[in-house]
Amino acid sequence: MLSPELGHYALAMACILAAAQGILPLIGAQRRDRRVMMLAPGLAVGQLLALLASFLCLVNAAVTDDFSVQNVAANSAVSKPLLYKITGVWGNHEGSILLWALILGFCGAAVAAFGRNLPSALRARVIAVLGAVAAGFELFSLTTSDPFARVWPAPMDGQGMNPLLQDPGLAFHPPVLYTGYVGFAVPFAFAIAALIEGRVDAAWGRWVRPWAVAAWCFLTCGIALGSWWSYYVLGWGGYWFWDPVENASLIPWLTGTALIHSAIVVEKRESLKIWTVLLAIATFSFSLSGTFLVRSGILNSVHAFANDPARGIFILGLLAIVIGGSLALFAWRAPSLTAGGLFAPVSREGALVLNNILLCSLCAVVLTGTMYPPFMSLLFDRTISVGKPFFDATTIPLAIPLFIFMGFGPMLPWKRAQLWPVLQRLWIAALLAAVAFAVATFGMSGILPILCSALAVWVILASVLDLTERVRLFRMPLSGSLQRARMLPRSIFGTAIAHAGVGVTVLGLAAMSQAQHKIVEVPVGTTEHLAGYDWTLTNVTQEPGPNYTALTATLEVRHNGRLITIMHPSKRSFNSQNQTTTEVSIHTNLLADLYGVLGDKHGTDAAPTYVLRLHYNPLAPWMWLGALIMAIGGALSLSDRRMRVGAPRRAHSSPNTVTAA
Amino acid sequence: MTRKTRRLWLVIACVACLGAAAALMLKAFSSDIVFFVTPSQVAASPPPADRTVRLGGMVVAGSVKREKQGETPIARFDVTDGQAAITVRYEGILPDLFREGQSVVAVGTMHKDGFVASEVLAKHDETYMPKEVAEALKKSGKWDPRFGPPPSAASWNSMTAQDAKKMLPAGN
Repeated sequence: MLSPELGHYALAMACILAAAQGILPLIGAQRRDRRVMMLAPGLAVGQLLALLASFLCLVNAAVTDDFSVQNVAANSAVSKPLLYKITGVWGNHEGSILLWALILGFCGAAVAAFGRNLPSALRARVIAVLGAVAAGFELFSLTTSDPFARVWPAPMDGQGMNPLLQDPGLAFHPPVLYTGYVGFAVPFAFAIAALIEGRVDAAWGRWVRPWAVAAWCFLTCGIALGSWWSYYVLGWGGYWFWDPVENASLIPWLTGTALIHSAIVVEKRESLKIWTVLLAIATFSFSLSGTFLVRSGILNSVHAFANDPARGIFILGLLAIVIGGSLALFAWRAPSLTAGGLFAPVSREGALVLNNILLCSLCAVVLTGTMYPPFMSLLFDRTISVGKPFFDATTIPLAIPLFIFMGFGPMLPWKRAQLWPVLQRLWIAALLAAVAFAVATFGMSGILPILCSALAVWVILASVLDLTERVRLFRMPLSGSLQRARMLPRSIFGTAIAHAGVGVTVLGLAAMSQAQHKIVEVPVGTTEHLAGYDWTLTNVTQEPGPNYTALTATLEVRHNGRLITIMHPSKRSFNSQNQTTTEVSIHTNLLADLYGVLGDKHGTDAAPTYVLRLHYNPLAPWMWLGALIMAIGGALSLSDRRMRVGAPRRAHSSPNTVTAA
Repeated sequence: MTRKTRRLWLVIACVACLGAAAALMLKAFSSDIVFFVTPSQVAASPPPADRTVRLGGMVVAGSVKREKQGETPIARFDVTDGQAAITVRYEGILPDLFREGQSVVAVGTMHKDGFVASEVLAKHDETYMPKEVAEALKKSGKWDPRFGPPPSAASWNSMTAQDAKKMLPAGN
């Protein structure tokens, strides 16, 4: 029933529906023909259904081990566990493009479903832009990377999947990350629609912001999941390698963060309109280039399992049309957008502008660092690489002012503000940050980590103080404070929580710079000392697994003689692919990770010795916990009544300047 | 606050931030960029000892030696581009994908008694060769892209330490 041919047919149908979705509503909106415009939601839902059918066919082929499908034969095997048969569908180039298109289909259908209260012309144009983008990528999938291509004769068994990728963290990292990338297509579509209409106002800001925030939440989680995966799977004790693929996700995150802040100014003050439109275009352009430049083989990296230069031409053409076209439209139409309200440099708007400038400077730095090596090799034939030292030296000094201003930015009133009263309200946070600085000087080395941890404390406390100030905690009866808290818009809580999440992540990053590690080669029974812990190698066993043999060590970790944990790091040798993977053992108490890696076996069989790598990673879980807190903050502000999609109507009178303060 | 003064403030802030970013980048470009070198380049003109470089090539088959200093495991292996071989000393666990006769990139510094690696990167899967290693192979004449795909990992196994030594320039 769910044959690959049906899947292929459904994909072709989705492509045709997407093309119709990209053309008809635009014509309808231009001619103000309601009947044509009303085709948009139906086409978007139809395209989604076709894509779902297509995707299900591919999943079905993978689950039923249909090795006559080339994609399944190349990436799956009978012995692969069911979970990885399903998740393996998007672990390769063809499948990941299909997943990409599917998520874009969901975005289009979501605009159709939740955008009922949008003006019909705007909604038709937004859905049309999403359809046009989708049509391009579905055509790419159909013509150059067909996931349903058959192979004849069909092999008895598939080639299997890289064992490194058989991991639950990686299984769910791409869908979350892609939802983040693709989600920014909706703000992009809103920006293009606004440029076509020639109108951006407060209502536009309010419509676009929930989509941007939702995409941003997914992107944040996706990046954190990827980082967590490389931390516990690759076994190097690191969490971020400044690899082009990682940077490709960080760049849209930085501009996306700028976007969700500048859209606030559009919504509240009708200012920064042209800039916000440009940011929406830039964020999606970076998302697109991020996913596809990597796959075209232009950027070389350890993630390059899906490299294929042959598809590069199509992708570059597609990118040129989407990015070049939207920028040309921007250049043509942006001057017709009217400038908005005035504000003093010291004001909420001013703080948000500063946030945008700093985030974009950071983005420029990361972009330059990522693109410099390929340009150097292309133009001057010099092979160089840019790594952690470069990015540490350039990003941290730019992030420091960002953290400082993050503390009091949310407390500044709109339009015109006085700095001093705000700083007075934050004296506790400043004091405690100074205390944290003093404490950190004793416990940590390096001026930047010390400064960053103090600033992280400042950001967290300032966010808490912002909330307690707003509810007048301790300055009125508790019941009154609770009442005020209940009346406070959820987006206020969202902002404070997301900012505190940044503080938590930065604290984790700063502490991780103090991580300690030790590499030893020892016989069984030896005890090692690291960071106040005694690590004893008590036993090493060799046992077979489903499709590998595992060498597993038993490590007892004691602190002052008390048994903390028994760790079992292991090394797996996969029979079919002549590959080994390292299974790290991690014990966490949320304040620090104990991280054990088993290396090679040396010496004679009579007296074997084992290489062990032991890490002590202070506050490591906080890095990802902070990202989760940021995403929760974003989700909380999404649930704000004022942010609900479609609820607000285009304002005809003065812009809405309600603040909760 | 008129529109003009606001624009002035904006321009000042932008110039300050982007200027700071540019200054930081230029400074980092002069000190933190890591160049890729091939064994023959290192043999011809060794980089200064305080400069981190990426040394890339093939691990000479049969050259990997493991030893222990106290409890610290040390691996030594020769990296070749077909014209010269450089001995690399590495303290730590070699990556899972490290194989004799396959491509490798060692990050570290060149000292008088050899190359000391702080990090060893092996290729990510069976068919992938780091682009920089492929380039080095092309330059060394081991592989000409006009005559087909790069030599398979297996054929590199036939390159033994003796072969590599023979290719060393006289006097080394």
